[in-house]
Amino acid sequence: MANSEKTSGAGFLKNLVRNQCFIPVAALLLLAVFNLIADPSFFRITLGYNSAGNPVLSGFIIDIINNGSELAILAIGMTLVTAASGGQDISVGAAIAIAGSVVLRVLCGGNARPETLQAPIIVAFLVACVVAMLFGAFNGVLVAYFKIQPMIATLILYTAGRSIAAWINNNELPVISDPKFAYFGGFIPGIPIPTPCFIAIACMVVIGIVLKVTNLRLYTQAVGINQSSSKLNGLNPEMIKVLAFVILGLCVAVAGLIKVSRVSSINYSVIAKDIEMDAILAVALGGNALSGGKFNMASSIIGAFVIQCLTTTLYKFGVSSTALPAYKAVVVILLVVVSAPTVREYFNKITQKMKLSKEVA
Amino acid sequence: MAKTDKSNASTGKGLGAKLAGMTDTNLLLTITIAVFFLLYIGAMVFLRSGFLKPQTFFNILNANAALIILACGMSLVMITGGIDISVGGVTALVSMCCAVYLDYKGGNVFMAAVIAILIGLAFGAFQGALVAYLDIQPFIVTLAGMFFARGMTTIVNTSPFNVENEAFVALKMTRVNVPGLGSVNKLGKYVPAYVEIGVLVALLVVIVMFVMLRWMKLGRNFYAVGGNKQSALMLGINVKRTKFLSHLICGLLAGIGGFVYFLHVGSGSPSHASGAEMDAIASSIIGGTMLTGGVGNVLGTFFGVLSLNTIQNIVSSVGFDEAWWTGITKAVMLCLFLVVQSVVMSVRKKRNAAN
Repeated sequence: MANSEKTSGAGFLKNLVRNQCFIPVAALLLLAVFNLIADPSFFRITLGYNSAGNPVLSGFIIDIINNGSELAILAIGMTLVTAASGGQDISVGAAIAIAGSVVLRVLCGGNARPETLQAPIIVAFLVACVVAMLFGAFNGVLVAYFKIQPMIATLILYTAGRSIAAWINNNELPVISDPKFAYFGGFIPGIPIPTPCFIAIACMVVIGIVLKVTNLRLYTQAVGINQSSSKLNGLNPEMIKVLAFVILGLCVAVAGLIKVSRVSSINYSVIAKDIEMDAILAVALGGNALSGGKFNMASSIIGAFVIQCLTTTLYKFGVSSTALPAYKAVVVILLVVVSAPTVREYFNKITQKMKLSKEVA
Repeated sequence: MAKTDKSNASTGKGLGAKLAGMTDTNLLLTITIAVFFLLYIGAMVFLRSGFLKPQTFFNILNANAALIILACGMSLVMITGGIDISVGGVTALVSMCCAVYLDYKGGNVFMAAVIAILIGLAFGAFQGALVAYLDIQPFIVTLAGMFFARGMTTIVNTSPFNVENEAFVALKMTRVNVPGLGSVNKLGKYVPAYVEIGVLVALLVVIVMFVMLRWMKLGRNFYAVGGNKQSALMLGINVKRTKFLSHLICGLLAGIGGFVYFLHVGSGSPSHASGAEMDAIASSIIGGTMLTGGVGNVLGTFFGVLSLNTIQNIVSSVGFDEAWWTGITKAVMLCLFLVVQSVVMSVRKKRNAAN
């Protein structure tokens, strides 16, 4: 009986390890345990009041969820792009700069220090959505119709994006003084949980419903696994690739709104810097093949929070923001080496050998 | 396919048929060189001012010697079907390490160069091993490499500073005069045209890489692996080792390029060479290297770097000198080349299929 229990336990473990969410969740748990041992105060959440007198929650966990929101939103779009095109969009950081710049431009109406908002926030956001989706479509058309590798096609916007963002606002740095605008990246009065969390959850729910109700998942995966066979089955692979990039554009617009709302202003060369790398890492950490095909949205989103958790942990240990990438790189290398197919095979062989020797004994 | 191309060329009439008869690599190379000369001659005719002086051309070379070396390494990796985005980070790390070594530790210039090359080789070897032997995507590996190099740069030293080591400054100031191309300045004095040491290194790198890729067995292996891994394997080429070598050489060139960059700017700073990897990729693409692998030429890369910077010079001398125009110009140029490449290739593919 003990024997059968053991085997079922092993089977459960095997299923668990095979689940795509295993790697990001395990990494998250590992980080949590590490923080618990190093300093339990990491998990403390305190309720305080901000300068406006509103109740706000603070603590490292809240920081992770708050700052990880943009990354999680981007990870959604990046997963789709990766799955459909087998490449990554490296222009998201630059596109966020453009979207943020558009939001500010519409709100300010050409004046860098407006007393009142020149347009409703929703209008500014919608304009930013349209612009970001157009840029997404531009990337998508280059990838789908001109058959340029996604990384290279998006290199164009990566090079030009921040320049375009500066050009939209005439290289001025508009500042919005209206406190309402800061709600999107901060706190709504009376609600102690940061607003970006709600926005991120809303995005997750929307994409969850879309994947459940429509054929988006099936079509994207079909195009990613084999483009020509999906074409033979009556799909339009080009359209689906463009669609993936447009959806990423929408995600970029949402992330851009949060980013500019956090500071009520913009710094063209710093805003969302290196976020494209984090977003790609989130997708890779989620165990999705970067060469396209099958994807798991949930594990990508968990991957995004793992990256943010890692960042916050490193900050907490006094790593300066400029040195941060070095530590991140070490962690990333460890992760990709552990999850590399050849390394896994090697470990499988070793465990099998051990089993064999046990049986013989 | 090669046969039909040849017969086309022999029976061909005029330029069009000749172009059709070229290999992919040569066709893209021809386009790049033609574009560069058109740009430069156009600038000479219409803008006159600076472009008529040979020194303007040499200044482009002086400022971009490091980029030429980095882009050569990038082209090699791209020909083999990979990518290396760590070169900019390695350049910054090399500059910072050399700067600290020369100024704080009082080292000599020769050892600094050795350090630079060793750093480059270390990055190349590590990344190459992960890509070739563990089958991890080169993008992710070199992305981590870039992060690591950038982070290490600030760990070595956070603030930028100028190097005042005498031997180094002397080497930095060394100018090699180009005979016969000087110009007479406003005071009527003859000013000889010059290039820096780094340009000579860059030219040497381009020549060595060109010879290696065109006439050596190793060079042809890179094309074979990038063109079709499966058939390269069947031809008995050691695919893994070839991939490893491509990253190793790229790392080596990143080290050399880093030192040349350091020699040009004479300082160490964490923000050095930011975006150099993207410039290198853009130059390679403009030079006719395709990211899919198997197509490309370092000579094209050389002209790619020149074209990219010539057009920037043109744009700023026409009067669009706000900072953002540089980025937009680069992007438009890249976009144009990508679309032209894509269209040319699809037309040729169709024609080949028809034949």
